[in-house]
Amino acid sequence: MHDPILAVAGVSKTYKGGHRALDTVDLEIRRGEIFALLGPNGAGKTTLISTICGIVTPSSGTITVDGHDAITDFKRARAKIGLVPQELSVDMFETVLATVKFSRRLFGRSGHDAYIEELLRDLSLWDKRSAKIMELSGGMKRRVLIAKALSHEPDILFLDEPTAGVDVSLRRDMWKLIGRLRTRGVTIILTTHYIEEAEEMADRVGVITGGKLLLVEEKTALMAKLGKREMDLALVEPMATIPPDLAEWHLSLENEGHTLRYVFDAQAERTGIPSLLRKLGELGITFKDLETSKSSLEDIFVDLVTERRAA
Amino acid sequence: MNTHGVWAIYRFEMARALRTLWQSLVTPVITTSLYFVVFGGAIGSRMQEVGGVGYGSFIVPGLIMLSLLTQSIGNASIGIYFPKFTGTIFELLSAPVSAMEMVLGYVGAAATKSVVLGLIILATSALFVPLRIEHPLAMVAFLILTSVTFSLFGFIIGVWAKGFEQLNFVPALLVTPLTFLGGAFYSIDMLPQPWRTVSLFNPVVYLVSGFRWSFFGQGDVDVGYSLAFTAGFMALCLGVIAWIFRTGYRLKN
Ligand SMILES: Nc1ncnc2c1ncn2[C@@H]1O[C@H](COP(=O)(O)OP(=O)(O)OP(=O)(O)O)[C@@H](O)[C@H]1O
Ligand SMILES: [Mg+2]
Repeated sequence: MHDPILAVAGVSKTYKGGHRALDTVDLEIRRGEIFALLGPNGAGKTTLISTICGIVTPSSGTITVDGHDAITDFKRARAKIGLVPQELSVDMFETVLATVKFSRRLFGRSGHDAYIEELLRDLSLWDKRSAKIMELSGGMKRRVLIAKALSHEPDILFLDEPTAGVDVSLRRDMWKLIGRLRTRGVTIILTTHYIEEAEEMADRVGVITGGKLLLVEEKTALMAKLGKREMDLALVEPMATIPPDLAEWHLSLENEGHTLRYVFDAQAERTGIPSLLRKLGELGITFKDLETSKSSLEDIFVDLVTERRAA
Repeated sequence: MNTHGVWAIYRFEMARALRTLWQSLVTPVITTSLYFVVFGGAIGSRMQEVGGVGYGSFIVPGLIMLSLLTQSIGNASIGIYFPKFTGTIFELLSAPVSAMEMVLGYVGAAATKSVVLGLIILATSALFVPLRIEHPLAMVAFLILTSVTFSLFGFIIGVWAKGFEQLNFVPALLVTPLTFLGGAFYSIDMLPQPWRTVSLFNPVVYLVSGFRWSFFGQGDVDVGYSLAFTAGFMALCLGVIAWIFRTGYRLKN
């Protein structure tokens, strides 16, 4: 990659208690992409984000934000970053407008009322601008945190589980917002437990467990590479056992013998479907319905993580 | 220099004081007035003059000093402790704000509040007793120097504290006793030996003495010592704060 907006090189973090939360992580984020970081609880997602943003000091390794070292040139590096944390930490006694303006100034920018107004309108917070934050619902508090993170017009936005505990309509709004930010050229790195979210939005996906980054892939490539497809045939006559003539397809019987399942590699040149169908015809096996499905990122992810644990 | 950032922190802290104006300013004024009623009025009328100064007037510098110390520590420590407690510190740590800028914002605001408070107590005192200030410039200098120094000290306590009890621990168990024993309400010349000598090990003696000198031209110790002590303590606090930010002590993991 030629010009990554963010480069993490050999970053490890061992917490005071001796827990190694990050283990030599290398990661490059492309300008303008949406990157989804997936991993189970305690994988090190928040730790990785916190190290990049300056909240946690890495034990080793370097972080470069758009050419600026995150430690020696932290001012320029941090000015480019906006962070929406996982926890709902906001000043309860402040008003929405005051806290968003505070964030903008804290990041070294002078006031820009028109931008702040647009931002709050975008997040449906404008009507609540004079409300104290403690009077807001959880979902609104999260939006206030997003407004704070975007207040200084960052180039990179970190969203640490932006949709945890958020209802479906707000989640859709959030996705739309992320889409709009992307068209403006903002690079977005998000963590999530909802695979559908990564599937819906991300350009690339990284999987982390036990502090190790297992893989980083284009989402589509990952799904194509690891994705399995299934074909289910609803049989007219239920079957007790699979005829030996069909052995080469490694079929399975589901649904008490009513369904014949064929799992195949979506990438393969020859799926084996035409020959299978021909063979079924020869054997006089008839079916009334045929259905294919492909595995989701979630299946892939669960496979990966369990494989890893087993290893 | 991130002036917008420093200003944002400073204004945030000042706004917090305005929201709790009652606690921030009115309470200490009432407390001070009570001191006057008790020490100045009830007891003071039976006391002789101290070094040619009426007792009521004599205790004014000590009273101001007592408030300066406790309020500077209190304001600065809660200022930095509270974001730690609520988790909003993440924003400060992730912002392009240097350690020095952060201290400037927090300590600057805490010291400003203390100076204003000191002046209000001074004005309140003038209603009760006759006052003269022989070295007004030195008086203002001591006022500012002490406020800044003890706000720095408060900042350290706020970073160190793991709970609200610890936040109150130092002011209640160290500063208030030391101030009472530090000649706030008497001249240490009035003490019998060996207590007079023991008192010289109490740092607050030097603060009160220097401040009193700026009012009445006389103190328990030479004003040079007072100045040197305050400056030395300030340097010590700055050193500790530099160490805190270098190591991330109790601020960062
Ligand atoms: N301040 C800390 N001190 C010690 N250990 C910590 C600290 N913060 C996190 N850890 C540990 O580091 C590991 C990674 O935590 P982290 O919060 O990064 O996980 P995560 O991937 O964000 O998990 P989740 O999905 O639950 O948010 C965990 O085992 C956690 O217990
Ligand atoms: Mg997390």
